Amino acid sequence: MSAHNHTEEHHTGIRVYAAVCLALFVLTGVTVYVAKFDFGDMNIVVAMLVASIKASIVALYFMHLKFEDRLTWIYALYPLFLLFLLIGFTIMETFTRVPVIK
Amino acid sequence: MANGVMTQTQHIPFLAQKGLKSWILTTDHKRIGILYLITISFFFLIAGLTALGMRYELMTPELDFFRNPTEYNVAFTLHGSLMVFFFIVPGIAASFGNFLIPLMIGARDVAFPRINLLSFWIYLVGTAILLYALMQPADTGWTFYTPYSIQTGTKVIMITLGVFVLGFSSILTGMNFIVTIHKLRAPGMTWSRLPLFIWASYATAILQLLATPVVGITLLLLIAERAFDIGFFDPAKGGDPILFQNFFWFYSHPAVYIMVIPAFGIISEIIPVFARKPIFGYKAIAYSSFAIAIISFFVWLHHMFVSGISETAAAIFSFLTMLVAIPTAVKVFNWTATLYKGSIEFHSSMLYALSFIVLFTIGGLTGVYLGALAVDVHLHDTYFIVAHMHYVMIGGTVMGFFGALHFWYQKWFGKVFNELIAKISWFLVFAGFNVTFFPQFFMGFQGMPRRYATYPVEYESYHALSTYGSWILGVGVLIMTVNLILPLMKKGQPESPNPYGSLSLEWQVPSPPPHENFDEIPTVTDWTYAYGKK
Repeated sequence: MSAHNHTEEHHTGIRVYAAVCLALFVLTGVTVYVAKFDFGDMNIVVAMLVASIKASIVALYFMHLKFEDRLTWIYALYPLFLLFLLIGFTIMETFTRVPVIK
Repeated sequence: MANGVMTQTQHIPFLAQKGLKSWILTTDHKRIGILYLITISFFFLIAGLTALGMRYELMTPELDFFRNPTEYNVAFTLHGSLMVFFFIVPGIAASFGNFLIPLMIGARDVAFPRINLLSFWIYLVGTAILLYALMQPADTGWTFYTPYSIQTGTKVIMITLGVFVLGFSSILTGMNFIVTIHKLRAPGMTWSRLPLFIWASYATAILQLLATPVVGITLLLLIAERAFDIGFFDPAKGGDPILFQNFFWFYSHPAVYIMVIPAFGIISEIIPVFARKPIFGYKAIAYSSFAIAIISFFVWLHHMFVSGISETAAAIFSFLTMLVAIPTAVKVFNWTATLYKGSIEFHSSMLYALSFIVLFTIGGLTGVYLGALAVDVHLHDTYFIVAHMHYVMIGGTVMGFFGALHFWYQKWFGKVFNELIAKISWFLVFAGFNVTFFPQFFMGFQGMPRRYATYPVEYESYHALSTYGSWILGVGVLIMTVNLILPLMKKGQPESPNPYGSLSLEWQVPSPPPHENFDEIPTVTDWTYAYGKK
């Protein structure tokens, strides 16, 4: 129960929520704006970077992760490690394949 | 637990309330456990019958039971999908997990009882979609491999949608159990006093929570490719069929441990009770569940050694695969050491627990064979794989499940089954299982591929033996089922709430336990496994 109160007292007020909301709108604008430029192979990286920032502030403020204890952080971050593992090993496997001789 | 049997001032058994509404709207973890138990048992029966049909077909080399090979393909797809997604994955975790976790940790219920009921109803929605899909079932096998699952004319979308929906049930259950174990432990129930079934359930819940979303997304991509022609996996559209296998096994290998880790927990509960000894290596068993849960995310590529993956990746994953054998062996050695110089009583549940150790060890060691690159090239997609996975899934998980049914039966239902018949049915199950699957190792070694309705005549004697074994196994399961169902229809109560002298908390309340389990939340003062120290 004390943890609940602890969380409640840190729930930020309407101003912060409004600021986060505004930031999300601005970043959505950034997503649309950068799509007009061709960064070559970096297109996906730029798009994912903006999307990741948006997802992070949603998790931190709207989902209250910023005010949670260490255990909740572990549960929030471990899937990111798994995602890194999945993508990393899959890319490693793809790039170390021996080309088929035609 | 050294607190002795607790008195219940107003003992109204949780089963006392009657009526359909009391079941479909229940938030009592014990009732939800029963709902899961009935549902998974139903699917186990259906999937078992499809297996008997396949074995009957395989008794002779020709196609004589099914009308065409597609029907056989549909049968093994149904068998695999039902067994994996509708029976074994939710199996022990949802049924016994629901029943036991709050009782074992000294809680009145799970942390989120309504979400618990929601999990069950989502599971039912998934099963309803699947039952609809059964009218025009798919023929892809339970792995739904691309590109075949994209090209086949059978209805793949409905069955994968059913599995997708089921995933949410698994995720919510896992989340609920994690919070319950963290937040609702009774005073004195420290992490080092927790029953090992709780440790196992916790490790399983982590896997359910973190791995299941991956298969959900993967199946959604498959549905998107079939429905909207988006090229995720089809090379002609810029996709990669190996990508599907990567995604699928990233979930499905940890899922193997979602299936079997709860059974590890059950074995760790049964053995010390009937050996009358403290469990040997408590911490090693507890931590090894976590080691397995963590390592299980690092081995998925070993399912793809012959799929055209790179040799470098294959070598790395072959090495990583060997690592998972270490924590698994730690458990087996500790269970065996617990038996050493124990005062062993061969109760039917103990017979299932001992069978588990033998059969799971065979299943695990043959897995090490398959993790070795060169050997896997020869054995991949043969009956060796079929035998290996059934030794792990039936020899491991199902034996654990049957052991749990016999061990906690009195506690759950407040009835007593016939022990002699239970032992006879155990013998038939054990013998039938080995007669069915042991010959399949030889068949596989000699090159008999799996998933074929017809085969060269050289394999006929092995297949016939295997089919006879399936009949013995089927009779054993039938006798066991009747033996467990009949007492439910009769009146009568067990003589003692704790007939086996267990020290665990769930045995200290009446059988069946009252609604909300405890009059007062107990204070735990001793280790769960302090047998012989009093």
